[in-house]
Amino acid sequence: MQGLHDVLQPAGPAAAHIATLWWLTLAICAAVFIAILVAFLIALVRAPRADAATPPDLAPLGSAEPRTRLVVSIAVACSIVGLLLLLAGSIAADRALARMPEDDALHIQVTGHQWWWDVIYDDPQPSRRFQTANEIHIPVGRPVLLSLQSGDVIHSFWVPNLAGKKDLIPGHILTLRLQADKAGTYRGQCAEFCGLQHAFMGFEVIAESPQAFAAWSDAQREPAHAPSDPGTTRGHDLFLTGTCMMCHAIAGTPAGARAGPDLTHVASRKWLAAGAVPNDPEHLAAWIRDPGQFKPGAQMPPHAVPKDELDALVAYLETLR
Amino acid sequence: MTDAYVAMPEPAAAQALERTWRDPPGFLGWLAAVNHKSIGRRFIVTAFGFFVAAGLLAAVMRLQLSRPDNHIVGPDLYNRIFTLHGTAMMFLFAVPVMQAMAVYLVPLMIGTRSTAFPRMTAYAYWVYLFGGLMIFIAFLLAMGPDNGWFNYVPLSGPQYSSGKRSDFWAQLITFTEVSGLLVSVDIITTVFKLRAPGMTLARMPLFVWAMLVTAFMIIFAMPAVMLSSTMLIMDRLVGTHFFNPADGGDPLLWQHLFWFFGHPEVYFIFIPALGFMSSIIATFARRPIFGHTAMVLALIATAFFAFGLWVHHMFATNVPDLGKAFFTAMSLMIAIPSAVQIFCWIATLWKGRLYMTSALLFTLGFFFILVIGGLTGLILGSVPLDLQVHDSYFVVAHLHYVLIGGAVFPLFGAWYYWFPKITGRLMDERLGRWNFWLFFIAFNVTFYPMHHLGLEGMPRRVYTYAAATGWGPLNLLASVGAVVIALSVLLFIVNAVKSLRSGELAGPNPWRAPSLEWAADSPPAAYDFAAIPVVASREPLWDARPAPSHVTGLATDVREGVSTTVIDALPDHRYTFPSPTPWTFLAAVATTVMFISSIFTPWAVVWGSIPIIITLIAWFWPTREETAKHLALEKRP
Repeated sequence: MQGLHDVLQPAGPAAAHIATLWWLTLAICAAVFIAILVAFLIALVRAPRADAATPPDLAPLGSAEPRTRLVVSIAVACSIVGLLLLLAGSIAADRALARMPEDDALHIQVTGHQWWWDVIYDDPQPSRRFQTANEIHIPVGRPVLLSLQSGDVIHSFWVPNLAGKKDLIPGHILTLRLQADKAGTYRGQCAEFCGLQHAFMGFEVIAESPQAFAAWSDAQREPAHAPSDPGTTRGHDLFLTGTCMMCHAIAGTPAGARAGPDLTHVASRKWLAAGAVPNDPEHLAAWIRDPGQFKPGAQMPPHAVPKDELDALVAYLETLR
Repeated sequence: MTDAYVAMPEPAAAQALERTWRDPPGFLGWLAAVNHKSIGRRFIVTAFGFFVAAGLLAAVMRLQLSRPDNHIVGPDLYNRIFTLHGTAMMFLFAVPVMQAMAVYLVPLMIGTRSTAFPRMTAYAYWVYLFGGLMIFIAFLLAMGPDNGWFNYVPLSGPQYSSGKRSDFWAQLITFTEVSGLLVSVDIITTVFKLRAPGMTLARMPLFVWAMLVTAFMIIFAMPAVMLSSTMLIMDRLVGTHFFNPADGGDPLLWQHLFWFFGHPEVYFIFIPALGFMSSIIATFARRPIFGHTAMVLALIATAFFAFGLWVHHMFATNVPDLGKAFFTAMSLMIAIPSAVQIFCWIATLWKGRLYMTSALLFTLGFFFILVIGGLTGLILGSVPLDLQVHDSYFVVAHLHYVLIGGAVFPLFGAWYYWFPKITGRLMDERLGRWNFWLFFIAFNVTFYPMHHLGLEGMPRRVYTYAAATGWGPLNLLASVGAVVIALSVLLFIVNAVKSLRSGELAGPNPWRAPSLEWAADSPPAAYDFAAIPVVASREPLWDARPAPSHVTGLATDVREGVSTTVIDALPDHRYTFPSPTPWTFLAAVATTVMFISSIFTPWAVVWGSIPIIITLIAWFWPTREETAKHLALEKRP
């Protein structure tokens, strides 16, 4: 995943503006640092050595040391100029970020929960809205407007390659604009400390071609298909008669609870548990049995289901593509 | 020229002074002590103890993060550890240790025999000690706070933080508030009213200026966090809704109030360190600091700007963009007064003759580390850049560069510098150099890689990370550095213990330094100065002696001092300092009982205040004997 979460490898205009400002700022700061360090080292090298017996030099008390004063004043003036340059650069980047286009933007609502991300793709046509979790697909080259809110405590949405971070604060709705110019998978993670599993509250932003995105979103809009064979039917029934449906939703079934991630197309996702667990049948079974072994403190309780029931459940969930 | 700045007293007078000013003997006497040097020493040693404890917590964190998917500590313990590390370092070490140094040094530097309110200082120390013990005991009992030193709501509120963990945190704030505010009042009064005659504001040492400015900042900033921690406790204990959005509260209110205190707090730590720097550099460059007036103005300017930066901790929230730009400008402008000071020090070194000691080495470390920390601070102050690096390991790197480079290195320098004054013995120079170089190199090995980790997307406060993130190697490097830092601190402790037992005797002024504390004995007598000196210049021990050289006519059988005017330090009137009393200790115990009980029931505020009132009345109760003495003194010509 190296490079998938890197501030200095921008994949979109927001991160690119910031990276440009970064290099400008770094250049100015490095120049200042080197200048100070050189002056300091020259001072250390050229000043004669003394010891406890050396009498103090009281000449400065009688004179204002005009040459030194001039040099120090020039140095201060240069620092002020440098700071003003940095300020101008910062404000220019800020304006560029504020003026990013919003035409034809894709609207996505992201709600942070301890410790996963609820994602709703908005649409003026209510029937075209759909819900997923922990994985955000976006079309390359189209602005995305995220509206961020929190279901419990403060979280922070951060995809370093695409944009700076924005907090999700209970009682407030914040917006974040981003856009991907390069197709790819970009990793994000909660950046505001939010409790026990702050470390494993990750997500992925998958930027793909508009065609691929359209195909993906059409698939996501579909409700879950009814199971066809006896094994998955058993899993389906277990899901709807057991505790699963008390927290999770599967569109097209009576399960509609929103306490945990939407599972309508769970098998299409790469990760379980907000980036903590790879999504394959083995891990899924282990996760259902004991989420705490992967994410101690996770809100999902352990389920001591007999092996055959667990297999049926997993078989059913694997059909939710 | 420096040895006997203050006239030697008659042996009989010296004995009388010693009897009057020393702390009473025995264990009870130890509890009753009010001498600023006893309190200052205790304060410094206690703060150092908390520094070591919080440092050990950091070592556990570095061990945990040394490789990916590590399970040495789980998330719950890790959260308690990083919370206590930050809380203890900020509230129990960094701020108190600076105040402790001031309690010890300021009276000596301004030529008086005590701080203005010695009993209050003693009480402040006990309250601080008990608060610190409370939070560490709570930690050991698995009741320690676990929401970070910034304790954001709603995570720390009644809904998401059950048990009493957050309440212990909020009460620790109350303890350190009381202590910090009292010491600040004490320092301001001491500096304004007890300077030796002739020590005008213009002649005051830069360290004293720094502590004066800091004390004012504490008084203006601390009420904000006092308010917010009280609101939090009320939300948790009596069901108010200050921070609950469902009932009209707002979690952002917490952030504004906390950072209105929290950002200036960085400067409570940094500004005293600037004072250490000026003292140490002047002595070891063997010339007065270049640009004394500019230095003073820079300290004051820093203090003002420091109150205009708090929103840069909140750029990722929904503060309006125009408002954020203002805070960016302020965050960059505060670099100007720091630049002025750095340039003045470089000019001083440039034109001086350098006496290379461990004390000077540690202050020189500042120029490398703090400058990097200051420049990364500019990056964090810029809104767009901050949105990327905020709450990442980049900030962890930045804050340690600022706090360790800007405060801990000068503080270690200060310890090497004033150790002979406090103990009478010099520290070992060879060990001192090892201490410095190990600390300096290991510090950079530990914290420099964190800049890169932040840019590679590693968020703060994670108890572990997956191997696939690629953060493993740099974390391992940082952990190796942390071990060496621990070794260098151990070396410092070894050096201090060894020097305390068998160090070279220092004499009053081993460094031939210019300020008044070096005119006192090492360690100073209970009464500091046999006679209150009179001052005629900024560098009294270097410069021409005034005539008269000292104040005469003060009582030796009563704790008497001279009070002077605020600006010109003209003798104003005689002032009698209070005597030792165990009631300060008992009042602190009563306060502690009230604070801790109120974690469990709000009624403790009612019944818990009764013992406090009783102990305070006893503390202030005048005795006939003392009143008679004062009356007699008043009638004396």
